[in-house]
Amino acid sequence: MAPPRTFSRAQRTPIVQGMLAFVLILVVLQLWLLTATMNSYLGGDESMVWPAALASLVCFLLNAGLLRYLRRLEKTRA
Amino acid sequence: MATPIPERETISLPPDGRPLDDQPAWRRDFPIDWAADQDVERRDFVKFLTLTSLAFVIGQFWIAGQRWLRRRADAPDARRIAAASDVPVGGSLVFEYPNPHDTCVLVRVTESEFVAFSQKCTHLSCAVIPKPDEGVFHCPCHEGVFDLRTGRVIAGPPPRPLPRILIEVRGADIYATAVETGSV
Repeated sequence: MAPPRTFSRAQRTPIVQGMLAFVLILVVLQLWLLTATMNSYLGGDESMVWPAALASLVCFLLNAGLLRYLRRLEKTRA
Repeated sequence: MATPIPERETISLPPDGRPLDDQPAWRRDFPIDWAADQDVERRDFVKFLTLTSLAFVIGQFWIAGQRWLRRRADAPDARRIAAASDVPVGGSLVFEYPNPHDTCVLVRVTESEFVAFSQKCTHLSCAVIPKPDEGVFHCPCHEGVFDLRTGRVIAGPPPRPLPRILIEVRGADIYATAVETGSV
């Protein structure tokens, strides 16, 4: 098995910045989902409650996966 | 295999001279060097955003839970509002339905046509005023206007129609039987 790849800080920085941008986009998407769901739910339209909840859960799992990868990245510094 | 670039930004050294990985957590979390500090800031920001993301998921499932509770709750009982003769054509009557603090307004549009809606404006909950001669409900707080027959928003800031109270005329009496909310 190949040894885990190591990165110096200079190599890690753009990776972390890219991840940060991705996480930020997902969180903004979740915020939009929550406000849109709340608005339609209060207006009596309940059809999008579960799909929106599942979409938000998928966004969170992606974020949690990226955070996990970031922690692994920290451990494998050069 | 590519040779990793050395950590050129590291200027300070811990007092005991051991590598950073062997240092206590507090020293790793509060580095002196700028580059290391930015690393920690970004990692912590991602952590904070992930927690925010979790909070949004909890919010979404809370809405789903509310929907489940709403469906489980029994439909409100039918309740007598007034005798039909109590409301003249073009007149209105305020009543409470389904709970004591949910004020609604009944309007007699024609001899045989009654409509009833929640009196709370869907913008900021001010009491709407029926104006049967103009065919509208008017909210004086922010100039919201709703259609008298459908409760649909005609003008102003309200985002949704007024919740409709379903009405039944049984003999000489008028009964409220259910609340119907709509998004359009």
